[in-house]
Amino acid sequence: MPRPGFVLDVDRSTPPALIWHGEGFRLERLPAERSRVVYAPEPLSPLPDPDEAIRAALLAPLGDRPPLPELLRAGMRLTIAFDDLSLPLPPMRRPDNRQRVIETVLDMAAEAGVDDVVLIAALGLHRRMTETELRHALGDRVYDAFAPYGNLLQHDAEDPKGLVALGKTDLGEDVEVNRRVAESDLLVYVNINLVAMDGGHKSTTTGLMSYKSVRHHHNVRTLQHSRSLMDRPRSELHSSTWRIGRLLAKHVNVFQIETTLNNDTFPSQFSFLQKREWEWGVRDRASFLGASRGLDLLSPRARRSIFQSILAPHQMTSVQAGEVEAVHESTLANLHRQQVVDVEGQSDVVIFGLPHIGPYNVNSIMNPLLVSCLGLGYFFNMYIGKPLVRPGGVVILSHPTPWAFHPVHHPSYIDFFEEVLATTTDPAEIEKTYEERFATDDWYRHLYRTSYAFHGVHPLYMWYWGAHALEYASSTVVVGGNRRAVRRMGFRPASTLSDALEMAEDQVGRDPTITYFRCPPLMLAHVH
Amino acid sequence: MKALQVERSLPRFAAARIASGWRAGAGGRLGPLRLVDTDPPALPGPGWERLSPRLSGICGSDLATVDGRSSRWFEPLVSFPFTPGHEVVADTADGRRVVVEPVLGCEARAIDPLCSACSAGRRRHCTNLTGGHIAPGLQTGYCKDTGGGWSYCFVAHTSQLHLVPEGLPDEAAVLVEPAACAIHAVLSTFPLDLGPSAENTAMERTAMERRGMERRGMERRGMERRGMGGAGKESAAVVIGAGTLGLFAIAALARWREDVTRIVAVAKYQHQRDLAGKFGATSVASPGEMRRAVRRATGSWMLDNGQLSDGVPLVIDCVGTADSLASALAVVAPGGQVVLAGMPAPAGLDLTPLWQREVHLSGSYTYGPEPAVGGRHSFDLAFELAEASRMERLVSATYPLERSAEAIEHAASAGRRGAVKVVFDMRGDPRRLSYLLAEGHTLTEKPGENPGGLSTHGKDR
Repeated sequence: MPRPGFVLDVDRSTPPALIWHGEGFRLERLPAERSRVVYAPEPLSPLPDPDEAIRAALLAPLGDRPPLPELLRAGMRLTIAFDDLSLPLPPMRRPDNRQRVIETVLDMAAEAGVDDVVLIAALGLHRRMTETELRHALGDRVYDAFAPYGNLLQHDAEDPKGLVALGKTDLGEDVEVNRRVAESDLLVYVNINLVAMDGGHKSTTTGLMSYKSVRHHHNVRTLQHSRSLMDRPRSELHSSTWRIGRLLAKHVNVFQIETTLNNDTFPSQFSFLQKREWEWGVRDRASFLGASRGLDLLSPRARRSIFQSILAPHQMTSVQAGEVEAVHESTLANLHRQQVVDVEGQSDVVIFGLPHIGPYNVNSIMNPLLVSCLGLGYFFNMYIGKPLVRPGGVVILSHPTPWAFHPVHHPSYIDFFEEVLATTTDPAEIEKTYEERFATDDWYRHLYRTSYAFHGVHPLYMWYWGAHALEYASSTVVVGGNRRAVRRMGFRPASTLSDALEMAEDQVGRDPTITYFRCPPLMLAHVH
Repeated sequence: MKALQVERSLPRFAAARIASGWRAGAGGRLGPLRLVDTDPPALPGPGWERLSPRLSGICGSDLATVDGRSSRWFEPLVSFPFTPGHEVVADTADGRRVVVEPVLGCEARAIDPLCSACSAGRRRHCTNLTGGHIAPGLQTGYCKDTGGGWSYCFVAHTSQLHLVPEGLPDEAAVLVEPAACAIHAVLSTFPLDLGPSAENTAMERTAMERRGMERRGMERRGMERRGMGGAGKESAAVVIGAGTLGLFAIAALARWREDVTRIVAVAKYQHQRDLAGKFGATSVASPGEMRRAVRRATGSWMLDNGQLSDGVPLVIDCVGTADSLASALAVVAPGGQVVLAGMPAPAGLDLTPLWQREVHLSGSYTYGPEPAVGGRHSFDLAFELAEASRMERLVSATYPLERSAEAIEHAASAGRRGAVKVVFDMRGDPRRLSYLLAEGHTLTEKPGENPGGLSTHGKDR
């Protein structure tokens, strides 16, 4: 029986805590009697037979949808859309959930005699996937059956001929969707729900729509009013995607399939990363020492290469299919079962050790904007109820934050960092002054559509993602980061955690209470 | 009197060149520059006056000379030993406060008739820089007979003098000469020529000068030529370098070039970035960020090797190194214009983009009447700019002549040390005006008065 997550109050006998630091980690002793560490629940047991579970879910869907085979018929147009490479993190070992689900759906479609089947990677404004990445997500069999014939597509949010306007929501939000999706008799959406923000209507409304639509929920106002992004009923972003998704559902027959994973994140050679420090055995200590010393000897590039090659032993813990909202409620319940940790009250300071990977740097570089997004956008928002830190508290991030960008994947990020953040860090001002220019820049558009670049507006979204935290906390301190890069973002650089805690005292007073959110493995703090 | 002199000494030039390779400005200690006791220069003839410098700036060309890095091109155009200093605000014997337009053309050399360039007011193109009754020297500060601003007294021809308006601080007046250079660089390309051949362009420009065309008309022509007229398309210019010259070029673009709607400044240091914005740059980039900044400003694409598909129609290079010129060629639009405003060092660079894109590369040297603004002289415009832009804030440090080595080192590392312009300050010496009394002149100033004297010698301001 896996143990639930829990909160450890630090005392003088507590061993140092492992804190992620990009492609590496540190052991840090936290101040006794006023610090606590939030640990994730242990990985849930996986489904014993995921393929059978998928088949069962498709045959007994939730909500008002009939079993999938009843929706399939010869001569119909079937589109299967799937989450892109931003999920899961780290990428999982083969077979990926998407492969399992899509193979089952395709088997059913073949039995029903459906010929017109197209697969679409629901990229939204993310970069296109490479062949290797597609093969990893879908499996060779699916890839080889579709890609050579032009039936494996990647959504293009800037293709004027490939988008269809379906109207506006009651609040005037544009609904402009992939033409193939709009003209299909059935859209099957295959999701991997890694965090509570994913899934539901957000899958289609972000992954298969245009910039014109996405801008209605990816903006400073919605993100400042999403308390939190991981708590759908209190997320303005989700309210918007739900409105848009419901309008889409009036035009498109959507059959949603969502899966959840356990938080078994690291392979055996890194198993110590999954364990609580006082439970480390001799082997874990040796692994930690070996890994730390070995990594210290390597160049950043070599370290990145090692970490990017990590495949997680995640396993499927649930699968549900049917009507979008009914499916998503069930998905969230299963996700909460794995991730929720109850935490009593807030602290003055919260510490996030940021790992090597986030949704937008798979096989890429964690640039400073992505550091900010991961820390202030994702980790800060990993709460239900209220943030782990009190209003006006201090957020401490630990990451090397190199002034480095992947020139192919993140071209507009470079310009945003060089030009925009040199002028202002205010999300609202940035949105007002720069969003249109970045969103409509011909070169960015060209690279997004034909190369492997994120959309021109994406770096602004990364900044908006932290808008709630920027407004809520009094300051952000980055431990061990490139000082210039940290300052460029308006954060304060610190050499060590002790320095960072001292700096935090300037804001929140002496001897502040501290919460260390020891993530990954992923978890969701329910702060009471 | 005390004066700093550059001697013709090959060992000293060699030592300066070697030492400056290790540390810029080291030539101030080891090179050809020496503080000497000498007589004030004799008046070469009628129309010449003695001047007592108040402030005299250290400019890039002076540093190149002191560090032994000047081009050998200048060898026949100077005469040794000379006293540098061509950015000068000085007193005349009759109490006027003047700045000097240093080019030594036909008039100063008493050559009659004047050469065609001097006749047209373009003294900078004078063909008699080695003739006449004074020794060779392209400017005051490079001629052994005139002396220069790095002294307590030198001589200048009346035609070289511009009266400083009352109320303008000395610190602003000393910058009028480099400001005039920058203004000329900015206006020499007006209007932008992207269409016809160079010959036609030159002919048109001459014709315009002759007709003294209205600025508005020329501006419209320029825009039409570039296909910008009425289209609402923005036109950007890049200024490389944000030292004294670069900052004035930015200010001049902002003030007189309405056809330029975006000014991208390339600045290396934070204080330069701040000043560039204050002087009118619409965006500021570090050298490493320049291409991307230009790409953003022009909407061009960046090709795989970092090359831009388009660029800006005008680049003003105020640095003058191989790197800066290569950068200029990397961001100029096809058919665009690169103006070399900073004194260049000998450079090797790839001219393929100049050829393939039919880029116009032109030098900009000194000043004169500017046809683009109705023939007003660059110095008049510089005074206007000085009053409007509080130029005096760019004088970062003053030194007495006796501390020339420190001053040279400071000027050579101005950017790194947060400075812009370093000047010699002679106002602290109560004897300085007495040198004007030679040969029967009468001093009109009250004895003991120390006009504009400051107590900031040797200190960062």
